[in-house]
Amino acid sequence: MSSNELRLNELAGIHGAMAEFLTPEELLAAAERAYAEGYRQMDAYTPMPVEGLAEAIGFKKNHVALAVLIGGICGCSGGFGLLYWITVIAYPHNVGGRPLDSWPAYIPITFECMILIASLTSLFAMLFMNGLPRPYHPVFNVPEFARASKDRFFLCIESSDPKFRTEDVLEFLRGLGGNEVTVVPA
Amino acid sequence: MATDNPTEKLLESDVQVADPGPNSVLGPGHTYATVTDRISGVVYLPFKKAPKKWMVGAFISFLIVNMLFFAITVLFLRGVGIWGINIPIGWGFAIINFVWWIGIGHAGTLISAILFLLKQDWRTSINRFTEAMTLFAVACAAMFPILHLGRPWLCYWLFPYPSSMWLWPQPRSALEWDVFAVSTYGTVSLVFWYIGLIPDLATMRDHAPKPWVQKIYAVLALGWRGSIKHWHRYNKAYLLLAGLATPLVLSVHSIVSMDFAISILPGWHTTIFPPYFVAGAIYSGFAMVLTLLIPMRKWYKLEDIITMRHIDACAKLMLGTGLIVAYGYSQEAFFSWYGGDKFESFMYWNRITGPYGFTYVLLILCNIALPQMLWSKKVRMCVPLVFILSLVINCGMWLERFVIVVVSLTRDFLPSSWGTYIPTGWDWATFVGTLGFFLLLMFLFIRLLPSISIFEEREVVHHDNYMEEAYEQQ
Repeated sequence: MSSNELRLNELAGIHGAMAEFLTPEELLAAAERAYAEGYRQMDAYTPMPVEGLAEAIGFKKNHVALAVLIGGICGCSGGFGLLYWITVIAYPHNVGGRPLDSWPAYIPITFECMILIASLTSLFAMLFMNGLPRPYHPVFNVPEFARASKDRFFLCIESSDPKFRTEDVLEFLRGLGGNEVTVVPA
Repeated sequence: MATDNPTEKLLESDVQVADPGPNSVLGPGHTYATVTDRISGVVYLPFKKAPKKWMVGAFISFLIVNMLFFAITVLFLRGVGIWGINIPIGWGFAIINFVWWIGIGHAGTLISAILFLLKQDWRTSINRFTEAMTLFAVACAAMFPILHLGRPWLCYWLFPYPSSMWLWPQPRSALEWDVFAVSTYGTVSLVFWYIGLIPDLATMRDHAPKPWVQKIYAVLALGWRGSIKHWHRYNKAYLLLAGLATPLVLSVHSIVSMDFAISILPGWHTTIFPPYFVAGAIYSGFAMVLTLLIPMRKWYKLEDIITMRHIDACAKLMLGTGLIVAYGYSQEAFFSWYGGDKFESFMYWNRITGPYGFTYVLLILCNIALPQMLWSKKVRMCVPLVFILSLVINCGMWLERFVIVVVSLTRDFLPSSWGTYIPTGWDWATFVGTLGFFLLLMFLFIRLLPSISIFEEREVVHHDNYMEEAYEQQ
């Protein structure tokens, strides 16, 4: 067997290695050091948003805003198109000789359609890009992980990282001053 | 049996929770764990341990909801003739209540969206609660125009859908604008509320005392695990939603006011209506926020999380929006005189001295005169007085809608077409019924979902710790 296959066998049952921290500041410092060490496939789990942490693990940009912009444009043009189609094409109705395409009267509904579609897009785009809903995830296998939604902060270096060697990573995480370091079974 | 639910312990003991006063949004000594346990503890409270007042309140509102269903059933069987409406007063209680309820919702969106964009720290403890209030108020509001339709079971005709009749709604009408404004407002409020709940539902899932409770929250939490990449997108989505909800909330009551303003009836046909309606909406909404918040913090001993700072800030905003409403009244009066239109000036004179004059006097008393007490800090710090004032303003804003809807319709241009409006028992039963419906939903919400945003409270704790450290280093 080549060394590559050996490594794959070793990793088959492992999602990654996880360290627990007591404060967001400790986690942020640890994440920065892990990134400097060369680890790229990692994630941090926190009970609230922590400023700068996503950037520290190399996650700098997301596309939610772009999706919402597209949603807003679709809602706006779709809403206006619907009204134009109703009043001019599907059901033309002469009211006191006014033009059929009375666009100023369409503005309120066009605006509401824009907000509606953009808002729904922001929810569904966020969920879709986050891969949610997802009932099972390996990190839930760690019993202490329940506190990630309460008062503990976790850093997980994932086995998909090219630099991942289980013993090395566990050693590295212990060196970061984590409270508890565990292997996360897949 | 011993319990580790801190809320249960607090409710069973005689300990009075100390309020940190008007300068702090959170009591001292809180950690990430304690805020989590306190807020989730309200929901995890065993049913038998719920405060007696909650039980009594929920039961009474349940009875009132039954009255509402009875009133609606009779309405469906016999038609809108059971109400006091007639020609020329076709818009009676139904439209008054519609405008009043939807206005109440506006404070919730203001707190959750506009104060979020303005980075107001005091919104955190009360935003979830007021968003729920918005949602339930919109549900009550949406009921009324549908019940008023005459054939309510055909209400889906209001939406543009390809029907076999090949008929379409009239999108040049303000009433059709309302359909879109209110349904969008309801949907966006739900999205905003739910997106805020997701991380807290994950907390509820991870610490639920019983497996079946855990399963329900697990389904609702969608597998949220607090990944920082998720938070990154979450924050962006939340910020954008706040940015979208802000113009939306201003547009909704503006469009509602256009139902009136684009007609030619004296008292309705004014350009000041949109901003004046929005201010009035937020005014009545803050009154309702205080009406609900003050008993809740007392019953569940949450005085260290919903502090005097929150009550003070809500009272100040109530005073401020009340002054904008007062300005609206003064402009209405001024232009009915300055405009030189005799129907307009008669309308105003009729408001004060006509058969419904007492409603105008009460309106000025409730909306303009009494709330001026809030200028005094002593009044704002006196919780029972603030509570009474909030009830007074709720009544005042309802009277405002009565004056606008009914008094203008009773006496228009031709004396031969004047009329009188007297609400019937069914009108009152439907109105009071929706109050019960609203309160029952609020009672259930407090019981079933974290009524304070837990993860945002953790951010407050973090911020406080950070400030403390910075202070110690100096």
